[in-house]
Amino acid sequence: MVIKMANSKTSEKKNNHLKYYFNYLLVGVFFLIFFILDMTMGLRTSTTQLLTKIAYSIILATSLNMIVGFLGELSLGHAGFMCVGAYIGCFCANFLHTVIPSPLIVLIIAMMIGGLVAALFGFLIGLPTLRLKGDYLAIATLAFGEIVRTIFKNLSAFGGAQGLPTKRYDKSLYIIAFLIVFITLFVIQNLKRSKHGRAIEAIRDNEIAARAMGINITYYKLIVFIIAAGFAGIAGVIYGHLVTPVANTFFSFNYSIEILVMVVLGGMGSITGSIIASTLLTFINVQLTTQLSGDMAALKYLIYALILIAMVLWNNAPALSNVREKVSLHHLLAWFNGKFSSKKPEKDSQTAVENAVYLKEEADWKKIPTKIPMDSILSTDIKPDRTTEADKPEKSSKQ
Amino acid sequence: MSNYLLETKNLSISFGGLKAAQDVNLKIQKNELYGLIGPNGAGKTTVFNMLTGVYRPTSGEFFLDGENLTGKSAIEINRRGIARTFQNIRLFSNMSVIDNVHVGLSNQSKCSIFASVFRFPSYYKTEKDLRERARALLDVFGLDEERRTVASNLPYGKQRKLEIARALATHPKLLLLDEPAAGMNPQETAELMENIRFIRDHFDMTVLLIEHDMSLVGGICDELTVLNFGTTLAQGSVSDVLHNPEVIRAYLGDE
Repeated sequence: MVIKMANSKTSEKKNNHLKYYFNYLLVGVFFLIFFILDMTMGLRTSTTQLLTKIAYSIILATSLNMIVGFLGELSLGHAGFMCVGAYIGCFCANFLHTVIPSPLIVLIIAMMIGGLVAALFGFLIGLPTLRLKGDYLAIATLAFGEIVRTIFKNLSAFGGAQGLPTKRYDKSLYIIAFLIVFITLFVIQNLKRSKHGRAIEAIRDNEIAARAMGINITYYKLIVFIIAAGFAGIAGVIYGHLVTPVANTFFSFNYSIEILVMVVLGGMGSITGSIIASTLLTFINVQLTTQLSGDMAALKYLIYALILIAMVLWNNAPALSNVREKVSLHHLLAWFNGKFSSKKPEKDSQTAVENAVYLKEEADWKKIPTKIPMDSILSTDIKPDRTTEADKPEKSSKQ
Repeated sequence: MSNYLLETKNLSISFGGLKAAQDVNLKIQKNELYGLIGPNGAGKTTVFNMLTGVYRPTSGEFFLDGENLTGKSAIEINRRGIARTFQNIRLFSNMSVIDNVHVGLSNQSKCSIFASVFRFPSYYKTEKDLRERARALLDVFGLDEERRTVASNLPYGKQRKLEIARALATHPKLLLLDEPAAGMNPQETAELMENIRFIRDHFDMTVLLIEHDMSLVGGICDELTVLNFGTTLAQGSVSDVLHNPEVIRAYLGDE
């Protein structure tokens, strides 16, 4: 049984690593294909613009996924955070251009400032809305998004209703945008796979129980809002360097919903899903806008809506579950593993073994022989510099 | 001061005009299995909610190990050493079995968000240590093989066990079990009582448990308190309490 356990442990690890790096791989391959194309034959401006749009959509969707998928709260004001980042970041950039000659450095500083200010707004919004839940929080964030937009619309320093004129970055903006995508993925995935991420998910699953486990709910909710808002702000700065002028109408309620649609379509809590959904939707959206002109332009919304309905059906319709299972990521990964490690998953026999163990352990409950020293399991405070002694309590209970 | 692990002094709470619990005085010694029983609506869970910081008592105080915890938040109380399970199971249902225990353990490790995101060496040490402790705990409850199962997919009895394991992971001095046998058949109940005894003996734990059914509690508890309509009806050793005519009347009615 010990050997069996060791086996399952390594395969688990392998699988986890694959899953863990999958998102980087996905975005990396996507980016590299276009990067190499760009280097060898050069891409049209419309393509690099599309790539930049895809990149900031991914940032927006994954950061909103933190709030909706991991924390389990509904936020309808993500475009508001993006708006703050875009206006503040680009305002600073306009000023910095007069001082610093390199547009790259200006962009980086602008992204930092835009991100930080948006994060500050995330904190400010997080504070009063902590007591709100579900629908009420959604409405409060919705109101925030609209208020922010209206404020910028009425500030003449930010260009008023005409919008803030910005200096466009050159074609290579998409490279920087994708670098930011990687940073976003890095932060969000690493946070998710830590004790803090588990605490956040615990709050989502059961707030009362999380509180009874001593999880500091206020702290984690604020952290999630701050990080998500910060990344939305950075996405806003990227947007501001792609489109000029930065107009308040873009950051309307509709756009918040569009980001939410990406998250929901991709599957709440799934980062891979958010990446794929935001890429596809952005692509479809841009294609529809450019392909349909004149009288046909009105059809865009019809087709877009039809595609959304089709995607939702594909994701959720029970009748399609078999087909879905066959092309699912999990299935493909298993197939990939089986193909290259010459070891079949043997799912059924595995569960049979597990069941047998389960039955056996059930019966063995009263026979657990050793007195388990609770203190060895629990009481020692983990000090970062402690040299870890591998699974001592486990061994003592196994003998 | 007192040598009781938990002592409540005239703990009372009222909601508007309703006195849900009145002058509840519990004295629980270390390593004791203490039962809190009573008919429906007697205020048992209300007492638990006061002891875990869900409700703030209207009057009265309670002490854990001599330390006054009255009016502290749920989070603070958990950190001082009271952990609980819930009458209706409240697991983190979308998380794996081991992650449920991880959450319980998380307050005992120090690894900042910054260190976690940037994967400092302290992150790996913390994760390794947490994983080892979690698996050791799961092993005790025979759940280690199922550690990757999503919690809501566990059979009912195992969910109860996991909830207890998760509560123990917070390293409490006192464990509160709210109707641990609710919804179980007699066979499962008997096994559960065995488990509770095991926890008490092997973890050197003090347990306060609520049960509806006096015959079950009679089997394992050292002492009992009977609540009825928010007031203490009887208190003392199991045989005394269960033969108390007042208690019998409360459960069965007159004649």
